[in-house]
Amino acid sequence: MTNKDLSYSAVMSRKNEIMKKAIGIDYSAFESGGIAFDYEKMMKEAGYSLEEIQKIQESVSVGNTPLIELKNITALLRKLAPEGKGARIFIKDEACNPSGSFKARRAATAVYHAKKLGYKGVVTATSGNYGAAVASQAAMQGLKCIVVQECYDSSMTGQPEILEKQRACEAYGAEVVQLTVGPELFYTFLCLLEDTGYFNASLYTPFGIAGVETLGYELAMQCKSKLGKFPEAVLITHAGGGNLTGTARGLLKAGAESTKVVGASVDLSGLHMASDKAFNRKSFTTGHTGFGIPFATWPDRADVPRNAARPLRYMDRYVLVTQGEVFYMTEALAVLEGLERGPAGNTSLTAAFSIAQEMDKDQIIVVQETEYTGAGKHPLPQLNFAKANGIELKFGNPNTEVPGTNIILPEHPSMIKAKDFDLMKAKVSYVKNCIANNSVSCVSKQDLEFIALETKLDVETVTNILNELHIAIK
Amino acid sequence: MQTAKKGDWVQIHQIVLKAGERAPQVPEDTQAVPLELWVKGILQQDAAIGDSVIITTVTGRTVTGELTAVNPGYTHNYGSYVPELLKIDTQLKDILYGGSK
Repeated sequence: MTNKDLSYSAVMSRKNEIMKKAIGIDYSAFESGGIAFDYEKMMKEAGYSLEEIQKIQESVSVGNTPLIELKNITALLRKLAPEGKGARIFIKDEACNPSGSFKARRAATAVYHAKKLGYKGVVTATSGNYGAAVASQAAMQGLKCIVVQECYDSSMTGQPEILEKQRACEAYGAEVVQLTVGPELFYTFLCLLEDTGYFNASLYTPFGIAGVETLGYELAMQCKSKLGKFPEAVLITHAGGGNLTGTARGLLKAGAESTKVVGASVDLSGLHMASDKAFNRKSFTTGHTGFGIPFATWPDRADVPRNAARPLRYMDRYVLVTQGEVFYMTEALAVLEGLERGPAGNTSLTAAFSIAQEMDKDQIIVVQETEYTGAGKHPLPQLNFAKANGIELKFGNPNTEVPGTNIILPEHPSMIKAKDFDLMKAKVSYVKNCIANNSVSCVSKQDLEFIALETKLDVETVTNILNELHIAIK
Repeated sequence: MQTAKKGDWVQIHQIVLKAGERAPQVPEDTQAVPLELWVKGILQQDAAIGDSVIITTVTGRTVTGELTAVNPGYTHNYGSYVPELLKIDTQLKDILYGGSK
């Protein structure tokens, strides 16, 4: 027990000190003093190489998941696509990982690293599959584990998906600390780190993100050996950005440089993520725009000083799908392909179903994840929960879905249409956040080049954006 | 009044931040309610529901809070069948297989 001042303001003011102790990375070594920091140096020095990660993951039976061709879903979409169109869809069955999702890749490296540094346990703040992944890996590697979840609204009503993850974490022997809605979860998280001296198994460390690189690398190699080429597009469910960043980096390491990296999120626009009343009016607790857009436009909002997940560096296209569309495709995956998997992981599958219809028949799309399913994490409980919360469920045009008010199941699968989110808008927003969060009125040439890399834009375009914002380059 | 014995597996509750003490960026509806916490562990003394008690969690932490449940279980389930899903299943098979038997 600590005798330190545990008031909210006192703990928050010790944030940097607590974090440094709990993560074992001196982030200042990568800073430039301005907006820029050396991302690749951080990934290299604080992370692990692909070969090292492969070894770590192999030792805990993580990764090397099957790549399955969705022949019936492809046949279905070809019935809806114009003549000659309809790419083949393959899915990386990440549900085969020990904890039932790709998050095992991130957790395996985080827990390995914690153990290597001599920590006795790990703490992670997540309501998602990552909690179960860390709990599973902590069990495998012999460390203690605490998972902090945002779980309930003020009437102690919990999202079924999160309640299931609580059960899974406890099944793996972890302690689960559950909270009501609110970003002050971070305060509780800091208190736990300080009290226990455990490692912060953040989703956003260099080794966590490097853990996902094997996913991109594997799928590229599986395609190459099975089909003789890399896929034309990889569809990635996007929330905090780690799935997309890690997968894209793995694709590049495999040499799949021309493969398009497409992010997909469930559109939850209009629902405030920290609202007590809105909390249980959504049917997806991850893979949605409530994380996807803020984390893309400002990655450094995470629980580490510099986020290793920086999705705008890699994203070629970003599309949105609706809750009703994802439930529909979850059903399609079960009844047409015999794969019963969790809905949230099928966000990118839903987008792939639409995008494949724009692509030629000889092209390949890989949907790079599935997740486990079960009571709570399944269309039945999630739709029952929505109905119990006054959400209307009906068939119609998914275009008319209003998050928090209704869920519109497509009247016909031809109505499933991934909607493009204007990536340029996200990039401009990122630049604005750079300026605002660093409180600067001018940027250096080094910062300019950094922003260009961060946004996957050329220096000239970034210069124009800065000019429009009246920011000088010195 | 439900009671619990020392050594029972229980859940406790804490108010972390009172309504009105919430972080400034939190929306109004959340400002109006406290930040609450629940955690499970082994009860360190005989007590009744609602009592302030001490527990030891599975990681060995000692935590104080209000006793809320003994042998807290999991109540999430699949619930009733949602007939809309059957309509989707039937439609998908009709389109793909042309309704052939």
